[in-house]
Amino acid sequence: MTATSMPASNLPAGSVRHGSSIGQPLTRRDGPLKVTGQARFSADNLPPGTLHAALCVARIARGRVTGLDVAAAGAHPGVVAVMTPENAPTLAKDPDAKDGPFIFRLDLLQNDKVRYANQPIAVVIAETLEAATEGARLLAPTYAAETPRIGLDAGEVFTPDSVGVGAPPAESDGDVEAGLAAASKTIAATYETPAQYHNAMEPHAAVAAWDGDRLTLHMPTQGLAISQGRLAGLFGIKPTDIHIESPYLGGGFGSKGVPAGPQVLACMAARLVGRPVKLVPTRSQMYGPMGHRGPTRQTLRLGSDAAGKLTALDHHILTASSSFDDFFEPAGRATSTLYASPAIAIRHEAVRLDTGTPLFMRAPGEATGSVALESALDEMAHELGLDPLDFRLANYAEVEPITGKPFSSKALRECYRRGAEAFGWAGRPLQPRQTRDKDGFLVGTGMGTATFPALIFEGMARAEIRADGTGTVELGAIDMGQGAWTALAQIAADGLGIGLEALTFRMGSSDLPNAGIAGGSGHTATAGNAIHAAAQDAIGQLAALATNDPASPLYGAGNAGVTAAGGRLTRRDDPSRSESFSDILTRAGRARIEGKGKAGADPAAQKSYAMHAHGAVFAEVKVDPDLGQIRVSRLVGAFAAGRVINPRLVQSQYYGGMIWGLSFALHERAEMDPRTGRFLNDNLAEYHVPVNADIPPMEAILVHEDDAVVNALGVKGVGEIGITGTVGAIANAVWHATGVRVRDMPITLDKLLG
Amino acid sequence: MRTFDYIRPASLPEAVAAGQQPDTAYLAAGTNLVDLMKGGVATPARIVDITRLPGLSAIERLPDGGTRVGALVRNSDLAYDAAFAETYPMVAEALLAGASAQLRNAATVGGNLMQRTRCPYFTDAVSPCNKREPGAGCAALGHATRIHAVQGWSEHCIATHPSDFCVPLVALDAVVEIAGPDGERTVPLTAFHHLPGDHPERETALRPGELITALRLPPEAAAFQGNARYLKVRDRTSYAFAVVSAAAALTLDGGTIGRARLAFGGLALKPWRVEEAEAALVGHAPSPEAYAKAAALALDGARPTGEANAFKIELARRVAVRALTLAAAGTPARIPALPASPFGIV
Amino acid sequence: MTIPLRLTLNGQTRAIALEDPRITLLDLLRERLGLTGAKKGCDRGQCGACTVLVDGRRINACLTLAASLDGAEVLTIEGLAEGDRLHPVQAAFIAHDGFQCGFCTPGQIMSAVGLIREGHAGTDPERIREGMSGNLCRCGAYAGILEAVRDAAGQTEHREDAA
Repeated sequence: MTATSMPASNLPAGSVRHGSSIGQPLTRRDGPLKVTGQARFSADNLPPGTLHAALCVARIARGRVTGLDVAAAGAHPGVVAVMTPENAPTLAKDPDAKDGPFIFRLDLLQNDKVRYANQPIAVVIAETLEAATEGARLLAPTYAAETPRIGLDAGEVFTPDSVGVGAPPAESDGDVEAGLAAASKTIAATYETPAQYHNAMEPHAAVAAWDGDRLTLHMPTQGLAISQGRLAGLFGIKPTDIHIESPYLGGGFGSKGVPAGPQVLACMAARLVGRPVKLVPTRSQMYGPMGHRGPTRQTLRLGSDAAGKLTALDHHILTASSSFDDFFEPAGRATSTLYASPAIAIRHEAVRLDTGTPLFMRAPGEATGSVALESALDEMAHELGLDPLDFRLANYAEVEPITGKPFSSKALRECYRRGAEAFGWAGRPLQPRQTRDKDGFLVGTGMGTATFPALIFEGMARAEIRADGTGTVELGAIDMGQGAWTALAQIAADGLGIGLEALTFRMGSSDLPNAGIAGGSGHTATAGNAIHAAAQDAIGQLAALATNDPASPLYGAGNAGVTAAGGRLTRRDDPSRSESFSDILTRAGRARIEGKGKAGADPAAQKSYAMHAHGAVFAEVKVDPDLGQIRVSRLVGAFAAGRVINPRLVQSQYYGGMIWGLSFALHERAEMDPRTGRFLNDNLAEYHVPVNADIPPMEAILVHEDDAVVNALGVKGVGEIGITGTVGAIANAVWHATGVRVRDMPITLDKLLG
Repeated sequence: MRTFDYIRPASLPEAVAAGQQPDTAYLAAGTNLVDLMKGGVATPARIVDITRLPGLSAIERLPDGGTRVGALVRNSDLAYDAAFAETYPMVAEALLAGASAQLRNAATVGGNLMQRTRCPYFTDAVSPCNKREPGAGCAALGHATRIHAVQGWSEHCIATHPSDFCVPLVALDAVVEIAGPDGERTVPLTAFHHLPGDHPERETALRPGELITALRLPPEAAAFQGNARYLKVRDRTSYAFAVVSAAAALTLDGGTIGRARLAFGGLALKPWRVEEAEAALVGHAPSPEAYAKAAALALDGARPTGEANAFKIELARRVAVRALTLAAAGTPARIPALPASPFGIV
Repeated sequence: MTIPLRLTLNGQTRAIALEDPRITLLDLLRERLGLTGAKKGCDRGQCGACTVLVDGRRINACLTLAASLDGAEVLTIEGLAEGDRLHPVQAAFIAHDGFQCGFCTPGQIMSAVGLIREGHAGTDPERIREGMSGNLCRCGAYAGILEAVRDAAGQTEHREDAA
C-alpha cells in the first residue's frame, strides 16, 4: 500500500456505515496506521544512499557572519560537505524576489547577512546525523553584530500597505469620535499579545532527492502546488518536475503553508552532494525561519449609551513584521464582523524588527484581535452593570458591520443560548471576586464570542467510477490532523453514491489535481466542493449513458431525474426504477467514467453576502487567592459552522481550538533578550504549551446551521474558530475570579499576586 | 555532540579508576547530561557509563533508623517505594512533581543532585557565562527572567538550581556519600551545592573524579512523616520547573511545634534553607502568624535580580505559609493526584 | 570505535554493532533500524513523542544513549499490536479520537501503556491527566487521549478483576 492510497480494507472495524456517509461520526480512516506507527511522516523516509544534513544557525539577530570554521567541520569524521554562501548551488531566482502571491523571502545562503536569530547560515552534510550535527557545531561562527531591534517599541511606526493576506490596513464606518462624544460610558484600554510560535510537533523536515533536473521531496506542506511553484521558481525547473509527497502532516497551523527556508536548503544540499539528503531542523531552529504569530499592542476605545448599545468601536493595532519582509497580523478582523455599532474604526500600524518574518498562525488576526475585543466588551459590560452576554446580545450584528452585507447564515444567537444553558451561565454574579469553591479557590466565569470567516480557495479533483461498481477520488488534499483522509472520503463516497468500502481515495501527493492550500479553515470547503463537483461530473456522465439508453430502466429520466446511492442510479420520481453502475457501464462497454471538478469562491455570492462561522465560548477558572496559580476548570463552546461532515472530527477541531485558546490565554510567549535578539525559551520546556493536566473537562456543542449560499456543500470551516472566543472567555473569567484585569497575555500567576 | 570515548566499567572501583582522567563525565540515565551534550554545553571527551553498575540501586533502612538510597535508584522507584514514601512523604511528593513520568523513570538519585541550572544564558552555550567559562561574565545580569535567583546570588551568577527532589532532602539534612580516588567520604547535602560567589563554575562539593554512590537520610528525618509537604508553584499544571517551591515539615507536640524544617526551590543556586526561620516556629502553636513570621525570616535578605523576578520574594513568603499550613494539617494518606500542586486534590 | 550491543527489540533478540557512541536510542531506531514509529519532536526530553518502553518502563528515547542499553528489552509502537489485533490502548485511541495529526500518537500510546502498567493512576481522570503530562499534543487532542486511556485502563482493571 502506498502512503497516499488508502483502500477501504484499512477501515477500523465498525466504522463503515452504508448509505449516506456525510454526517456520520466515523472514526479516522488513517487511525490504524497512526496508532501502529506505520503512518509515514516526511522524516520517516530514508531513501537508499541518503545523507543527513544539519543546520548551523545564527546566534545573533542582526549583522554579518564573519567566519565559519569550515575546515574543522569538514575534518569531522563522516562529514561529506559543508554548504555555505561560498559553495551553495546557484538559484534561478533571488529568494528575496517577491514575484507572486504567497511568496515569502527566504534565507538560502545567498550572502553573509544575518536578519534574525536562528537564521540558517550553513548546512553540514554527513554520512550520519551525529556527524552532521557535530559538524554544524564545529563551524563555530563569528559575527559582526549590530544592535538588534526587538520589541514593539524598537522600531519606527508606519502603516503597512496591507495586513494579513491582502486586507486593507484600515477600515471604518461612521464617526468614531462623535460616537465616543455621544456615549454615556466610554472605556479605553490597551492589550498586548506576545510573539507566539506554531510549534507543530513535527519539525519542518525535508528528504530531497534529485534525478537530473527532477526533484522528489518528502516534505510536510499545507500547500502542495504552492510548494511546487515556489521550488520550481527557485531551481528554474518546471513545477511538474517536482514530486512532493506529503501524506501526513504532524501539525501545520499555518507554519507549513509555504516552504520554509530549511526545506529548500535540503534540496540545495542534495543538489550539492548529488545524493538524497534528509534535513530535520531542531526544535530551537524552528524559532525563526518558520514564521510565528506577530506580537500586537491593541488599543480599544468603546462608547455605549446607558442602555448598553454601542455608540463607537475604535480598534488600533500596532504589530510587527521582520526587517525584510511583510506579514502583518490582521488583528482588527474580528472587530469588523462581530458587533453592531454606528461607528467603527480599525487601524493597523506596524514596526520592523530583527526577527524572522511572522506568518499566519492558527486564526491569524482573529485570535489576537478577539482577545482584545472580547476583553474590552467585558470591561464595558462591567462599567454598564450589564451581564456580558446580555451586552453582546444588545449589540448583535444583524448584518455585517461596515459592509452592511447580510450574513449567508448566522446561528450565533443559538450558540449563545445553547452554550449559556450547557454552561449554566444564568445567575452568575456581575461583580468579580465573589465566589470561592470548597477548597478556597477563587472561581470566576467568563465568555467570549467566536468568529472566523468561511473561506474557500481554488481547488480541483478527479473522480472515477468503474464497471465493477467501485470508484476512486483523488486530489492533492492535505491532512494535518483535521481529518481530511476521513471527511473528504465521506464527501467522495456520497458524491459517487457508493459506500466507503467501494471507494479508493488518494490525496497528499503533488501528482494529484491541485486542491489548494489547507489553511484558513477552508480546506474541507475547497477540497470537498471540488470532490463534490468531480463526482457530479462523473455521475452526470453515467446518468447520461443510462437515461439515453432504451435498455435502461432509467431511460428518459434525464440527468437531473436520477440520484446516485448504494452504487445505483435511481429515478427521483420512481424509486422502484434503478440500475447499478456496473450494469450501466457494462452495457455501454465502458470500463470506467472519469469526472473532473473544481471549487472556488463564487464572486456574486461574496459580493452580496458576508460569510462567517460563529460561536460562543464559556470558561470557568479557579485561581489560588494567595499564590496566583490558575487552572481552567471548565470550557464550553457552542459553534455554528454550516454543514457538519463528520461530527466526531469537528468536535475534535473545536476542542483543539479551545485548547489553543487556553494556551494563548495562560501559556504562550516567546521571550527574547533585547540586547542580542536571541531567544530565551526556544524549546518546549520553557516555551509552554499546555500539557494534559492543564485541560479541563470540555464540551463542544455543534449548533445546526443550514447555509445554501456559502458553497454547494454548505460547509464552513471549523479548524480555527475555537481559539477566538476562548482566549477572551478565559481572560474574562480570570478577572471575574480575582478582580484583576490582566491586559497583557499570557496571564501568568505573577500578574495576579497583587 | 562532541565525540567521546565510551567506557562501561564493571564495578565501582573500575568506574572510579576510569573517572580519573580529565574531561570525563559519569553517565547515569543521562536525562540532563545527554541534553547538555546535545546543546553543546557539556563536551566531555570520555563517558564512563555507570548505568548498570551493580550495588548502587538499593533502598535500605539502616539500623539507626535512617535510610540509604543508592545513587542509581530511579526517581520513580524511590517515589513509589511504599516504605520510603510513608517515611519521607515530602520527598516522594517532590519527586513526583518533577519533570515527567518518562524522565522520572530514567533519572537517578545521583543524577538529580548533579543537574545543572536551566538559566538560558548557561544552556544556550554562546552567551557569556561564568559557569561555562570562568571570567566570561554573566549575560543574565541586566536581563534577569523569572527563573533567576533572588537569594544567594552574586554579581558573577544569578542562576537557580532546578531540582525539586533536593529541596526536601536539604530540609531533612540528607547526606551525600561519595566515592573517589582517595576512598569514600560524606558531605551534608546543605554543603553539597555551592552558591556562586566568586566562582560560579565550582558547582558542587564533588572533586574531580568523584562519584556519588548514595544518599543517606538521618534517623531524625523520619520524625516528620506525619506533617510534611512539598508545594510547587509553576506556570503549567505539570511538566514545568518551579517558579517557587517549598518543603515544609513539622513535628507537633500537643499544641505546639516541636521541630520544623523549611526549604525553598527556585530562589537560589541551591535549595534555600534558613534555620532561623525554622527555629522561629519551634515552641509556637501552628498559626498563620507563626508561619508568616518564619516566612519573613526565610526571605530576609532576598533581593531581586531584575523586574521580572521581584515577585518571587513575596510569592516565596506565601508559598512558605501555605506549605507550613498544609504540613500542619497532616500528610495526606496518599500523594495527591497533582503532586505538590496548589490544585492537588487530597 | 564500535560498541557491541545486545537488545531485545519488540521481542526479538538483536545484536547491533554501534558505530558511534553518540547514537541515541531514538536515532538507532529511526535512522538505523527502520523503526520510525517513535517520533522526534524536540530531541531534548521535552515533548514525549519518542516514548518507548525500556525494560517495561516508559522513557524518552531521545535522551537515552543506545550504548547504555546493553541487555535491555525495548518495546516500540511497532511491537505493540499482536499481528492485526490492535492493543487495547491503540484501539481506544481510535475510538475516542485521541489524536488529530497523529505525530505524537506513538509516544502517547506507549506512554499510556507504561502508565497503565505502573498502576498508580487507575481510571482517575486527574491522575491520568497528570500521568500523561509528559506527552505534548499540539493539536489539542487531550480530551480524547484522556478518554482513551481511561477506557483502556478500565478494560485492564476489568480483565484483572476477572482473573
